[in-house]
Amino acid sequence: MLEFMEGSHAVAEIVKRCRPQVIAAYPITPQTHIVEDLAQMVANCEIDAEYITVESEFSALSACLGASAAGSRVYSATTSQGLALMFEVCFNAAGMRQPIVMTIANRSLGAPLSIWNDQQDSISLRDSGWLQFYAQDNQETADLHMIAYKVCEDHDVLLPAFVCFDGFILSHTYEPVSLPTQEEVDAYLPAFNPYQRLDAAAPLSFGMYATPEYYTEFRYEIDQALYRAKDAFVRAGREFGEQFGRDYSALVEGYRLEDADTALVAMGSICGTAKDAVDEMRAAGRKVGLLNIRMFRPFPAQEIADALKGVSTVAVLDKNISLGSGGAVGTEVKAALYGSGISVYDYIIALGGRDVRKRDIAAVVDLAEKGEGDMFYGLRTEVL
Amino acid sequence: MTAAELIAFAAFEGGVFSQAFPAFGVERRGAPVQAFVRFSDEKIRLRSQVYEPDYIIVQDPTLIGDVDVFMGMEAGGIAIINTEKPDFDAMVPKGVKVYAIDATTIALEELGVPITNTTLMGAFAAATGEIQLEPLEHALRSRFSGSMADKNVRAAERAYNLVGGAA
Amino acid sequence: MALRIGCVAPPGRALDNKTGAWRVFKPVFDPETCSKCGMCTTVCPEGCVRETEEGTFEPDLDYCKGCGICEEVCPKKSIRMEKEEK
Ligand code: SF4
Ligand code: SF4
Repeated sequence: MLEFMEGSHAVAEIVKRCRPQVIAAYPITPQTHIVEDLAQMVANCEIDAEYITVESEFSALSACLGASAAGSRVYSATTSQGLALMFEVCFNAAGMRQPIVMTIANRSLGAPLSIWNDQQDSISLRDSGWLQFYAQDNQETADLHMIAYKVCEDHDVLLPAFVCFDGFILSHTYEPVSLPTQEEVDAYLPAFNPYQRLDAAAPLSFGMYATPEYYTEFRYEIDQALYRAKDAFVRAGREFGEQFGRDYSALVEGYRLEDADTALVAMGSICGTAKDAVDEMRAAGRKVGLLNIRMFRPFPAQEIADALKGVSTVAVLDKNISLGSGGAVGTEVKAALYGSGISVYDYIIALGGRDVRKRDIAAVVDLAEKGEGDMFYGLRTEVL
Repeated sequence: MTAAELIAFAAFEGGVFSQAFPAFGVERRGAPVQAFVRFSDEKIRLRSQVYEPDYIIVQDPTLIGDVDVFMGMEAGGIAIINTEKPDFDAMVPKGVKVYAIDATTIALEELGVPITNTTLMGAFAAATGEIQLEPLEHALRSRFSGSMADKNVRAAERAYNLVGGAA
Repeated sequence: MALRIGCVAPPGRALDNKTGAWRVFKPVFDPETCSKCGMCTTVCPEGCVRETEEGTFEPDLDYCKGCGICEEVCPKKSIRMEKEEK
């Protein structure tokens, strides 16, 4: 049943139904509504969870890491500078193989200070070993939380995940969302079954010291677990589709790509606007399609290459900039399509909350078809 | 933002897809803000702000003059403006119909506070025909409880009838 | 042996790594003159000076690196650094 609600509230509601046992988070715009809602739910005894109030994001994720190692299902949420402060703990959580699920209400990073949306925060943690999912609307945001727990806790995977949804653009938008009931969530997501856990009677240390003889092999195993997460996601996404009718078994989602000459590639809420723009361009007789990257880590290079086989030009919309190198998604799409003969152009777009309209998407397609790309789109040269 | 959310919610209750979002920025009561609403028979995918509105609601008339509240409006558009003295004709684009309503006074009389969201919602429903009275009341009753619900419904209905009479 | 997921192990494994092998001088404690003040155990950078049942002190030579700080601080001159025969 569709209900009308704010994106952040949908997240809090679905997290509640995933039954986390420990929640630790530090409020930061635009993530605040999620943690306010969850704190209220804990206070009202709607969730049987420990809500640990902390003094920083570093502490929030550290508390989650300890609680997860102790065998609890845990949850956190953050964004931007908050995620930056978690940097060290993020690497530790992945290295200690703890299946923590954390919502990222995507926001740009300072300086200059900006509270508005882009995807610089989560993308900057791409090397940390966390899985990364990107939602295009609030329905997907809610669904991906359930899938994330299932994938992360799979003993073939045992890794943490970011569920990323665009700050403000999704977090503060009211729209219809269908939330499964508690019984339905329970049927999909069984109780957490830890692979190993802290126990005072049989003490363990997590994430110990590895000498040069072992460090490489530990890193190799984390990397392998990320690749196994692809299969786990496909399984969990298919199962989700069977139970709820919304299928997530594909790591990438193609839209009107069948006979496309030019394909846009994007992640997150910009895909909605891009789909409307694609429809308009199609109506005008242009063969344009869209590829939505649902999972950025592990990077679905093969799936992207397969989906874009027939196109001649690709325009990647990057809501981030790897300063001194180009957009992170564009760089990886180029690597995935290396040797295919497809022309790939990258566009840095929608940084720091700059709005993107259908006509901007069409303008990007025009540029790509003219062979102009690897650039900041829509630069206001008059202020430079 | 509350007005936008309530209007989108009422439209959703009336059986269409809807979307409401703020012009992302400071969330402080009283700070000048914009919020946007879309209705559609199909699921709404578009995320950009609204640049060519069919309808506008101006909650604070002192904004008129400071900002071009009518920007992007075309003939056939409808504007609902909360004001005591409707004397801004010069700014209104050709073909845009303006409903001026003293929502602040209605809100003060019905709610006891100068919060005009629900009053303007009633005016919007009557002026545009996009929302029927029944889903509107349903939306208000699920957002407010007890006497606050009654008061808000009364404020909305008063504005609905006032504007409906003028339409 | 397969690596254990998360680099997890029972605690105390750092003790397996005996760090005293590169010492040139070793401290020799004289319990007869020791005043049991505890300065030596407080300053030892390796944390390897232990209290004995009598309340005097002795170094754990598995980890002592021979730095001589204990000798330096001992107010009773009860510690003497001695060239170690290897
Ligand atoms: S010589 Fe240095 S390391 Fe050895 S016991 Fe004395 S203070 Fe400790
Ligand atoms: S510092 Fe000297 S006197 Fe004091 S406890 Fe150690 S050995 Fe004894």
